[in-house]
Amino acid sequence: MEKYDIVIVGGGPAGLAAAISARKSGIEKILILERDHELGGILNQCIHNGFGLHTFKEELTGPEYAYRFMQQVFDEKIEYKLNTMVMDISAERIVTAMNREEGMFQIEAGAIILAMGCRERPRGALNIPGYRPAGIFSAGTAQRLVNIEGYMPGREVVILGSGDIGLIMARRMTLEGAKVKVVAELMPYSGGLKRNIVQCLDDFGIPLKLSHTVVDIEGAEHLSAVTIAEVGKDGKPIKGTEERYTCDTLLLSCGLIPENELSRSAGVEMNPVTNGPVVNESLETSIPGVFACGNVLHVHDLVDFVSQEAGLAGENAAAFVKNGCKDLSDEKGIDIVATEGARYTVPTTVNVDRMNDLLTVRFRVGAVFQDSYVSVYFNDERVMHTKKKIMAPGEMEQVILKKDKLKSFDGLNKITVKIEHE
Amino acid sequence: METRELTCIGCPMGCQITVELDKGEVVSVTGNTCARGDIYARKEVTNPTRIVTSTIVIKGGDKPRVSCKTANDIPKGKIFEVMKDIDAAEVDAPVKIGDVLVKDVAGTGVDVIATRNIEKV
Repeated sequence: MEKYDIVIVGGGPAGLAAAISARKSGIEKILILERDHELGGILNQCIHNGFGLHTFKEELTGPEYAYRFMQQVFDEKIEYKLNTMVMDISAERIVTAMNREEGMFQIEAGAIILAMGCRERPRGALNIPGYRPAGIFSAGTAQRLVNIEGYMPGREVVILGSGDIGLIMARRMTLEGAKVKVVAELMPYSGGLKRNIVQCLDDFGIPLKLSHTVVDIEGAEHLSAVTIAEVGKDGKPIKGTEERYTCDTLLLSCGLIPENELSRSAGVEMNPVTNGPVVNESLETSIPGVFACGNVLHVHDLVDFVSQEAGLAGENAAAFVKNGCKDLSDEKGIDIVATEGARYTVPTTVNVDRMNDLLTVRFRVGAVFQDSYVSVYFNDERVMHTKKKIMAPGEMEQVILKKDKLKSFDGLNKITVKIEHE
Repeated sequence: METRELTCIGCPMGCQITVELDKGEVVSVTGNTCARGDIYARKEVTNPTRIVTSTIVIKGGDKPRVSCKTANDIPKGKIFEVMKDIDAAEVDAPVKIGDVLVKDVAGTGVDVIATRNIEKV
């Protein structure tokens, strides 16, 4: 069986950044397995700009951002296989994959980095009543059709869900001559970034209807109309608020789900809130030597943070391999708990001996908070208290823990992240 | 004195910026967390501009479309004129990131450049 020090599953932004940082940490034998016919992942179809301000201090489009990392992978001569599907990962770190040239094959990995990304929630998972005609697409599928293939899915568009891809596609379809009639969002707040509401909807006068959902889909062969209605606090449509829109296209932008079939079958412990693996400060899952980063771990809104996180996973996988494929310490560490407004944290534990001088703990809030505070408690003592003008579920938040602070706190056994009004 | 509340589009942070104006002149910009926010806010209340990104038909390449962007921001009111020129353009492979695909698009003085490499096949 062929052996590699580190096998990376996925050649998108997370996989690329993980590979580069593992190489910079001195690991020679690295292999990226990518199922698409090119590296770069979803960034290749994200032709809009706004990527890379944190990483490169300039504003890049998705393909440009991806290429910066691809170039480093080429320069470092990191091996990769395209059109290659990983079928299975075992707890013993045996990777089973297949492609057309080699058929089915197995690789023994010193460490594995999970970087499979996420996928869109499809219509079947949304329980929308009505017919099932052609003309209903996930926003990302439409994005691929328009930006990569050069096809327009339709001319008169309704969008359900205000996730970033839906907002970006509202603008994109408008620029290409389509009429985007409305964006309906079930929740009372947008799931996307504020800047995208400004530059994708407001710029073009596209209405955003919060607390609205699709209650009927019409069309025998092809979509002909959808009906949207306001929903009450119970999430149920309110009678009499229905509005019918004739349209030939319905785009769905209703959330992203980390793609963790491989992690689950390997026996990786999962976090039910993020739908991603539970990880420690090293981004290591419950299986020693299996690390996770990027959208497979938790859905990010900034690729810059994916790259940062993946860089850390690459470093830690390298440290694991260099330590004879053993963890530097077997201690699980201190629990990091999200409560009162904070929905989850990544990571969920921190071992002070293994952590870097600084540890970024990322989290999301469960509702919109104005003029509130992000607080961090060590046991029962509040040690951080930062005012934020606005926090929304669509935007990831973070706190940074300092190693010396954790070390010098006597008897520290629990770190809590919460949102407080004062 | 007039105040305007803006959401910065400079990056995905989306800072809430308050601009104070006096007779159309910017008096103060607050709420931004970087210099780009200041520039954006001043422009947005006087002469709003946008980067336009799209795709252009490419012949003889390994992909049917090449993604592109305006090399700089263009006046917001000219977005659709810029799109008209972009949609009418056709280029030949190969193309490298940064290659000029449309010169002086819609008379804005700004070029449209490629944002990905397309190999010739």
